[in-house]
Amino acid sequence: MTSASASKKSTKNEISPIITINKLNKWYGKFHVLKDIDLEVNKTEKIVICGPSGSGKSTLIRCINRLEVHQEGSIIVDGTELTDDVKQINEIRSDVGMVFQHFNLFPHLTVLENCTLAPIWVRKKSKLEADEMAMELLTKVKIPDQAKKYPGQLSGGQQQRVAIARALCMQPRVMLFDEPTSALDPEMIKEVLETMIELAESGMTMLVVTHEMGFANKVADRVIFMDEGQIVEQNDPKNFFNNPKSDRTKLFLSQILNH
Amino acid sequence: MNKNEVFIKLPDRPPPSSTVGIIAWTQKNLFSSTTNTLTTILFFYLIYLYIPPFFDWAIFNANFSGSDRSICDANKAGACWTFIKVRFDQLLFGLYFASNPDQIWRPVVALSVFVLILIPLVIEKTPHKKWLLIFLLTIYPIIFIILVYGGYFGIPISNTTQWGGFLLTFALAFVGIVLALPIGIILALGRRSEMPIIRALSVTYIEFWRGTPLITILFMASVMLPLFFPSGVEFDKVVRAMIGITLFQSAYTAEAVRGGLQAIDKGQSEASMALGMGYWQRNVFIILPQALKISIPSIVNTFIALFKDTSLVSIIGLLDLLNMSQTASRSLDWNGYDIEGYLFAGFIFWACCYGMSSYSQKLERKLDTEGRTE
Repeated sequence: MTSASASKKSTKNEISPIITINKLNKWYGKFHVLKDIDLEVNKTEKIVICGPSGSGKSTLIRCINRLEVHQEGSIIVDGTELTDDVKQINEIRSDVGMVFQHFNLFPHLTVLENCTLAPIWVRKKSKLEADEMAMELLTKVKIPDQAKKYPGQLSGGQQQRVAIARALCMQPRVMLFDEPTSALDPEMIKEVLETMIELAESGMTMLVVTHEMGFANKVADRVIFMDEGQIVEQNDPKNFFNNPKSDRTKLFLSQILNH
Repeated sequence: MNKNEVFIKLPDRPPPSSTVGIIAWTQKNLFSSTTNTLTTILFFYLIYLYIPPFFDWAIFNANFSGSDRSICDANKAGACWTFIKVRFDQLLFGLYFASNPDQIWRPVVALSVFVLILIPLVIEKTPHKKWLLIFLLTIYPIIFIILVYGGYFGIPISNTTQWGGFLLTFALAFVGIVLALPIGIILALGRRSEMPIIRALSVTYIEFWRGTPLITILFMASVMLPLFFPSGVEFDKVVRAMIGITLFQSAYTAEAVRGGLQAIDKGQSEASMALGMGYWQRNVFIILPQALKISIPSIVNTFIALFKDTSLVSIIGLLDLLNMSQTASRSLDWNGYDIEGYLFAGFIFWACCYGMSSYSQKLERKLDTEGRTE
């Protein structure tokens, strides 16, 4: 079997894929959003996905934790293939953290409860253990003093940092970011990006959909450009920004960098 | 200070005196324009015209003493509260307890226990509220049945056919509310389920019971249901009414809860899914707490409607508070004093419903962590 030989190869190499996407296709009704996507993400790799709106970049990362259901192709996360099996889906989801554009914190729970709910009920941790880890991670994102507050009392940037801490509390193996700074006021973007940079430096595997090209340049191992449901071009940031190959990429870069 | 500083912060000053105080308030709210002034005058005139005579009738000239109608017949200028006083036990606890005064402690204790649990539940700072609530929902109904129905510990049985008055209203509403909420929540979740069969079943149930008048349901429960059972199987009338009310009420509660579920942003369930939480965990911890909070006003609205609708059990020959007042005021002893009976029943209904309504408002404010209401 090919997958067996592939896994043997990967144990020889130090870098092994944690996410393998093969010929992924997805439709919304008749609209073909993702077309034949192939993607391998290695452990500790940081990938930035960019592209115009409607290009399918958010849909792609939402397929990885099954917030969107794909119709063709396969997605394998950490050795487990995504199927309709609810138990498998929940297992993968608990190993894959996600940060949303609109934070999606739970407004009826305190910041601390937001961070400990899933560790307690999904990971079956004791409350004490969950509290301890949550406080540690809230300290890491520099808001331990807000733990007893409700999300509605925090600024957008603080909320997004709580959302990052909440995802990290599950000790995920991969983190997905779906336009994490798009809903923020300009002065708050920096604090969230700094948190993400620190996370990247700690060795987390990250897939980030963003328009923050400065972040891509600084952190990404690979930048992927998508358009009309396809991966148009992918390269390391230096080559991606300095000599983009396709005209479509050049146009996109000129549009977002020269305004 | 820097002399070149262009921006100078001005100190805060109090608002002008013409905008604060009683006189300012009256001017602004009651006499701000000609129309407003005329409306105010007209309104105060109407109050003067109707309110003092009402109080004269209901309190100052009213009859409280005596034990039969003679004193009321002698003084027609005032209300006959003697009637209510004499028939008090019957109006509150029904015929059985009114005719067995030595047993009256049973409903008194049962209702007092309810009030004693309710008071700490309503007070915000009570510890262990969860256990009180669980006690109210599980142990209390058993206490109620043992006390009011009897049959155990040498307590004589009070047949449900002789239940009546406020006690019956309370029992019907309590069962209706306590059972309809969980059933309604399940139905509301079912209606939004991704499984077509569950969804279809929920929709059918809700639309069927919601589309049928409560009177019809009670009538069917009373007249039709026995036809489906072999003759001789006697099915308690009060239990039948309770089943009918619960079926009806759960459909309404389901729709109220569904309204709340629909108002929850999709991001909430996505975020909880992304954390690996299963269906029930998502609903119990994330979706329902928020949805129920939003739907408190409409849920309580259906509860208040139910509380008042219990009067419809008169269609199957049960005498709740309202019908008991009517019956009592049509008895030979007190014929003609139905206004007093209706006022008394109306006041008790109002007090209960107003209590539910104020508590729901209090709850809404307390649960408001997002600052939606002011």
